[in-house]
Amino acid sequence: MGDPLYAGGIGLTVVLVTLLKVLVTFVLLLVATMFMVWFERKIVADMQHRIGPNRAGPWGLLQTLADGTKLFFKEDLLPDRADRIVFRLAPVLAVVPAFLAFAIVPIGGNFAEGGTVSMFGRETFLQLADPPVGVLFFLAMSGIGVYGVMLAGWSSGSKYPLLGGVRATAQIVSYEAALGLSLASVILVNGTLSTHQIVAEQAGAGFGGIIPNWNLVVTGVVPAIIFLIAGTAELNRPPFDLVEAEQELVGGFNTEYSSIRFALFFLAEFMNTVTMSALVVTLFLGGPSGPVWGPEPVRTWFFPIFWFLLKLVVFLFVFVWFRGTLPRLRYDQLMDLGWKALIPLALGWFLLLGAVRVARNEGWNLVVTFGAITVVVVVAVTLLNLSLRAAQRQRLADAEVNA
Amino acid sequence: MSDFLRSYLTVGIFLGVAVVLVSALLGLSSLLRPSKPTPQKSIVYESGVDPVGTGWAQSQIRYYIFALLFVVFDVEAVFIFPWATRLEAYGLFGLIEMGIFIFILFLSLVYAWRKGVLRWV
Amino acid sequence: MVAQNIFFGIIAFVMVVAALRVVTTKNIVHAALYLVIVLAGVAAQFILTGAEFVGVTQILVYIGAVVVLFLFGIMLTRARIGREVEVDNEKRWLAGLVALVLFAVMSFALVDAFEDSRIESVSGGTPQLTSEVSDAIFKDYLIPFEAASFLLLAALIGAIVVARRE
Repeated sequence: MGDPLYAGGIGLTVVLVTLLKVLVTFVLLLVATMFMVWFERKIVADMQHRIGPNRAGPWGLLQTLADGTKLFFKEDLLPDRADRIVFRLAPVLAVVPAFLAFAIVPIGGNFAEGGTVSMFGRETFLQLADPPVGVLFFLAMSGIGVYGVMLAGWSSGSKYPLLGGVRATAQIVSYEAALGLSLASVILVNGTLSTHQIVAEQAGAGFGGIIPNWNLVVTGVVPAIIFLIAGTAELNRPPFDLVEAEQELVGGFNTEYSSIRFALFFLAEFMNTVTMSALVVTLFLGGPSGPVWGPEPVRTWFFPIFWFLLKLVVFLFVFVWFRGTLPRLRYDQLMDLGWKALIPLALGWFLLLGAVRVARNEGWNLVVTFGAITVVVVVAVTLLNLSLRAAQRQRLADAEVNA
Repeated sequence: MSDFLRSYLTVGIFLGVAVVLVSALLGLSSLLRPSKPTPQKSIVYESGVDPVGTGWAQSQIRYYIFALLFVVFDVEAVFIFPWATRLEAYGLFGLIEMGIFIFILFLSLVYAWRKGVLRWV
Repeated sequence: MVAQNIFFGIIAFVMVVAALRVVTTKNIVHAALYLVIVLAGVAAQFILTGAEFVGVTQILVYIGAVVVLFLFGIMLTRARIGREVEVDNEKRWLAGLVALVLFAVMSFALVDAFEDSRIESVSGGTPQLTSEVSDAIFKDYLIPFEAASFLLLAALIGAIVVARRE
């Protein structure tokens, strides 16, 4: 367990490999983020029959860099009623957790044969760190990312950004609960919190040797869908982007921000998008796993990284697709979806999976188990509906009495 | 230092690099950008008058309820995660334990739902 | 081992300074942010002694949920930026005395209970496994675990009742 690089003493090689991994992860994340911004603008433009950026660099690839540089040189305005220290701190609190969350993602490594690659004679994982509680670490970093939004809204010194910040934070926090609970199903079927172990469990053949052993299939499709929806909402991405939509800039939490600080919020959002896609791939689609051919270096280096990047781009496209096609949800519709649909569904599915697991372990008749589960689910849903309808009738009666 | 601490040290180094980069960006930008503050620029953007008085705070209490519900479900998730890693060992009894726990916390959501605090945000 | 002691010292120092600032700063939101630093220090100490699951849970629940709740409460009811003189208490010397007495009692209790024993060094062994924590909760401490769910339910019902009355 744990990265084999760190077993044994610390020598110069270990330090060098670690620093190299830090640098590569850093650069990879930044480049992926810049690519994502360009990718989104081009694809959305295509969906809207426009051309999109095509001046800065070939096919407009350097547009992100150009925009960033422009923002870099703009004057930084500090509202007179702002809390200066917190105003400056908020963008940093948004960006740094976005960086850190990517540390637990396995980028490559042939998991059918152990998942390690050798660099300079030492075996190591192609992920920056593999703490035994990797998944929890990601959730913790998402939790810290909330502070950037909340403090930005408060420190601007006006009630509109404050309200915008509070609404955005309430949205993020609601979907974070759903996100965590959908992950419970993944942890149930893999029995571990470490991302390396989760990917290792998904490598190899599944049903009949054709359908891969991915968690997407093993957990049923539902947790993956919940994770995707909750992830989109937590990122404040369309169709859940009411709190920062361009048409509604007044009162958004970053209304008072300009120049590089605004750019940092923007950067944080796209970095989080890349990380969220990477996590969907890692937790549900087996990460770097996929068919490999060829001689040794190609097998362990090229193909796994290729599969990982391919799956990552697919999900980046899915996020852009949502943006280009779906209309925006109203705030109350959004909160209803999170609390009244996703959380009960995630919890229910988790218990269902648990029951099926136990049934399989104890050797019960599967048909009887499924029958019992169906009965329980039907009874629970009926009771819930009855109680909610009773409460609604009570409310209407009270309203009539008071009116 | 054991290897698990070393992996956290790697995360710590990554954190340091990220903070250094962001600070460098902010610092470099402050050197290169113009700075001509005028009173007009420092006025907070308002499209109308700020709402005043106590009436404003009351309608915003509903956001507090969401944060509270999140605390409850976060704690629930924190208990679910280690349990899920050991379900094989716990068997049916374990499933019932967790089932009771989840059911009671789900009751809290149903209570909030029934009382109408999850509506009209 | 030496490296761990050095880290412990640094983190402990930062925690003490931040804790002092929590009670001496005149801006409530700043106090909450200093509290975040203290809690982050606690999480780091947990990880340093090998209690990894507890450390990351500390960040996830305390910093990620509880202080967010505090800040929501502050922002939605006060939201004033800058210093607030009403936060400061006049009876500073009495408070300092009480704190000193408390410190003396706690130090005595700790030293008396643990004397010379050392925390099992993590350098040789493995960190505390999540499965060990899980076994402890669901086998030895099952009743407190179920009781916690009732506590949370009660807290939520109480908060909703209070909030709706306004």
